[in-house]
Formats: sequence, structure tokens, C-alpha cells
Amino acid sequence: MTSTHRAYPWLAMGLMLAVCIAIVLSTGLGFIPITPAEVVRVIASRLTGDTGLTAGLDPVFSYVVLDVRLPRILAAVGVGAGLAICGVLFQGLLLNPLADPYTLGISSGAAFGASVALLADGTLLGHLPVPLFAFAGAMAALVVVLWLASHDGQLSANTLILSGVIVGAILAAGISFMKYLADEQVGVIVFWLMGSFAGRTWAQVGVVFATVLAGLLVAVYYGRDLNIIALGSRTSDSLGVETGRVRKILLVAASLLVGVCVSVSGIIGFIGLIVPHLMRMVAGPDNRRLTVVAALAGGLLLLMADTVTRAVLPAEVPIGVLTALIGGPFFCYIFRRRGAFHG
Amino acid sequence: MVENTGFLLHDVHFAYGDKAALRGVDLTLPLGRFYGVVGPNGCGKSTLLDVLMANRQPRQGRVLLDGAAVGHHGRRQLARQVALVPQDFAIPFAFTVLEVVLMGRHPYLPRFGTPTAADLDCAEQAMAALGIAELRERSVTGLSGGEKQRVVVARALAQDTPILLLDEATSNLDIRHTLEIFQVARERVRHGRTVIAVVHNLNLAAAYCDEMVFLDEGRVAAAGPTATTLTSTTIAEVFGVESRVARDDFCGTLQVSFRYGD
Repeated sequence: MTSTHRAYPWLAMGLMLAVCIAIVLSTGLGFIPITPAEVVRVIASRLTGDTGLTAGLDPVFSYVVLDVRLPRILAAVGVGAGLAICGVLFQGLLLNPLADPYTLGISSGAAFGASVALLADGTLLGHLPVPLFAFAGAMAALVVVLWLASHDGQLSANTLILSGVIVGAILAAGISFMKYLADEQVGVIVFWLMGSFAGRTWAQVGVVFATVLAGLLVAVYYGRDLNIIALGSRTSDSLGVETGRVRKILLVAASLLVGVCVSVSGIIGFIGLIVPHLMRMVAGPDNRRLTVVAALAGGLLLLMADTVTRAVLPAEVPIGVLTALIGGPFFCYIFRRRGAFHG
Repeated sequence: MVENTGFLLHDVHFAYGDKAALRGVDLTLPLGRFYGVVGPNGCGKSTLLDVLMANRQPRQGRVLLDGAAVGHHGRRQLARQVALVPQDFAIPFAFTVLEVVLMGRHPYLPRFGTPTAADLDCAEQAMAALGIAELRERSVTGLSGGEKQRVVVARALAQDTPILLLDEATSNLDIRHTLEIFQVARERVRHGRTVIAVVHNLNLAAAYCDEMVFLDEGRVAAAGPTATTLTSTTIAEVFGVESRVARDDFCGTLQVSFRYGD
């Protein structure tokens, strides 16, 4: 029908290809440079079990590619995709183009939950599952933010962001207090909180990809309902959408995604804000298409950002700092432009 | 099960928290007529529409549509019978006009189905009726308030329901666009469909509605054919203003004149 409809398959395929190329290229970058062809040979050798493919290669390449770089790189792709999906879901559900796990304070909630689990490690409580605590923290933060922002069942866009910022600030203080209580592990937590993919494991990659895939399926399944919810809940009810039920399912799915993403990488802001916006401009606002391309673009963007911090900059900068430096000004830009629209 | 008998409300009560909005509403609204629901601000007009659409469950009493409780029709099924044009219509994302109008076909589409030629046809007819066919590919975020509201009405028409609810659907529109939308509604009633409109402007209601429902503090103060319910006595009782109701030669219907003070 419109140009965005025709462009969509090309956009999705192009992004898919770009993600694959970026994975191969970034795997080659780093302290030990490896050519893209060698990277492909190592990966292909592992996938097919054909050891002949790696004949003549330095054996350390195989270790660097498979055990050091790929888990980190795939974790970045997965978390980027997950955060972008969350952004699409929160923006669509809350009818708010400024919503994202970070601006809503939900990432802070997840980080608070994860910090509790991390600090409890080695105490009487023993080993606690970090992703589960991050999910619980994300849900709790979401519930509080929605409660703060709602009046007579109405959610105002700016009040929502304000509530998110307030809750985020309180939780940040809570995290600082925990850091103060447990000064031994502070180093680990501080770096993790600022966001990092260093030293991720294949197990974490597996958890992230499984969650992201599930989140993507749920988001696409309810994609048309989410489109209609943008017309307001009274209208969506009158169009046969079970608005309350769909909203709950998608909010829980998004919080679960945030919990898993934060437990793997710490707080990485603004990916969920920037990516859905950019993709809406090229793919249109239909959430069934938007979720797919946003997931791909989110993975691509976060991988590129992580590669910059890992292999380009002289010292490793926490990736959350980098995304905030890019995303903050972008938020300001949208905020101003939206003001112009809404009067 | 009685087929196509329209709405029947019996002793319907509803409250927001402890603030009563409807207190014992009894109404019979057979199909095929244009109903105007009028009353002061906060008298329960919008709540009444929400109850008709099963958006809100009455605290007490029954709401029947075609002989069965509205809640038992199921959301999707009900959406094929009752469409709503709400009074506020913020659409934060840049959907095209056609995409929004096609959302009216949602109750007919399977989950992963795409709109068929018949669905597109329905949307085109709805846009043509509202005179917005040429806006088809435009983004709704760039439209004027009047254009947006016509898109929302077209979306409800595309739903192709026997019953259309208008909740102050023209409160943001100028008089020309207001009349246009009421003409479209009137035309549907002429073809045997039902329109239930919450109207603020009594003269608009007088010109278009076959029957009127006066609500006052959650109760029905008067209901019935416009000719018998729209009287200066009822208006004084419900709105507390002095008026004269008389047949107007120019528009050929009853019209209300008010005493505007000294």
C-alpha cells in the first residue's frame, strides 16, 4: 500500500544481513586481530564439527573467537534486541513516545533487584538467582510508577516520565546504600551497574536469546491489538480488544525482558528509546513490523556501541555511559519536537 | 433469545468508588432510531454509553442487548454490533488515515489475517461518506482536529455495526463538520440502523433525534419521542434554565430558545 509497506521486507532482510556482518567483523576486532575470513572458518568449524576448516590457524584464534569474543558479542546483540522490543512495547502500551525501560525507572528497579541478589551472595541467604530478582525489581518499579502516574484511570505522558525519573532516583539511592553496606564487592557492582558485556558466558547468551525470542513472539502475536490500544482504551475495548488483559500480558513480558537484559549487562539506557523511534520513521508505526525491525536494529546498534568501547577506544568505557551520552541528547530532541506537535 | 430488540436497561446502578454515576436507570431503546442523550455535565451520559458497551459492569441491574446481557456477547461479538466514537481522540503514532480506518475491521479479522478486498471496500466507503478519501495516505498526526475527528468517525463506520454510539463526537468541530457528521448518522438511521448520541447542544438533538433521553444526577428525568420530551418544563427541571421550545420554520424542527439574562 504505502511506501513503508513495500520497503519492509527489504529493511528486515537488510538489517538481518547487517547484524550477521557486524558480528563477524566485530569478532575480528580487538587486541589480537583476526580477519573476517578466519572468523567465519572458526565458527563454521565449530558448527559443522569439521576440524579441517581451522587447519593452519593459530589455535588461540579458536579460543578467542568462541570463548572470549562471541559470547560477549551475542550477548550485546541479544540485549540490544531485548531493550528495543521493550521500548516498542512500553511506548505502545503507555501511548508515550518517550517511554523506555530506562526513562520509566524500570531498569533501575531491575538493577536494584539484581544488586540485592548479588550482595546476598556469600551471606546467610546464599546464592540467589539474579535474573529472577531483576525481574521482580522491574515489576515492582513498574507497578509503583504506574500507580504514581495514574489519576482516575488516566495516564498523562509527562507525569509518567516524571514518575519514572523519581522512582529511578529513589532506587539509585537504594543501590548506593547497598554499595555502602557491602564495600568489598563494590568494584564488581559499580562496573556492572554502568553496563558492560565483558566476560559474558554462553549460558547468559542462551538465557538472553530465549527470552528475547519469546518476547518477540508475544509482541508480534499481540501486535495488532497494540496498534489499536494506541487509539485509547475505550476505543480498543469497543473494537473487541481485551485491552486490560493484553496490557497486563505485554507489561509482564516487557518487565521480564528488562529483568533478563539488566541482569546480563547492567543498566543500558536509551536503546529502547532511540531504536523504536528511528525504525518507526522507516518502517511505519505498525507494531507487528516495528517489533521485528526494532529488535534487529537494537541488536545492531548495541553491538556497534559495545565494539567501540571494547576495540576502538583506548580504555574500556562502560557501555551504559556511551549509550547515555548518545541517547540523552536524542531524548531532548524528541521531547522538544513532541512539544511542538502537542501545542 | 429475542432477536434484534435493541437495548433494554433495568434498574442500572453504577458508581466510581463511592461516587454514584447511575442510580436506577430504566430504558428501552428499540433499534432503528436516532437517540439523543442529554443532561448537565457529570450526569452520567458517558457512563451510560460505557455500560451499553460493557466497558463497565453495572453494580446492580441488567443491561440487555437483543435479549442477552451485554457482557455475555463477548468483546469481539459485541464489537460487530456496537461501535463507539469517543470524545477524545489522541493518536500518538503516525498511522496513516487508511490504517486507522481499517482498524475498524479488527473485530472481523482473524489474528494473523490481513484485510480483504471487502474490508478495504468498507474502509473506502466510510472515508468517502466523511469526505476524507483524499487523506488516505496522510499521517493522522499531521491532521487538523476536525480532520482527525472525521477519521475517528470513519473508523467507527468501517466497523459496520447495527448500532453506533457517539460520545460528544462533534464537541471539537465547527458547525459545518458537526452537521456533516450528524447527516451521516441520520443517513444510517434511515437505512434501519441505530444511533445513540450524547449531545450537549439541545438544538442539534432537536433537529436530528427521533427520541431523547434526559439524564439528571444518574437518573432518567424524561425519555421518549423528541416532540413530547423536549419541553421547557423538562429543560427547566434538568438544566435549571428558562427556555421556550417551538417549531422553527427555517429548519422545520423543534428548536429551543433560551433567556440569556438581562
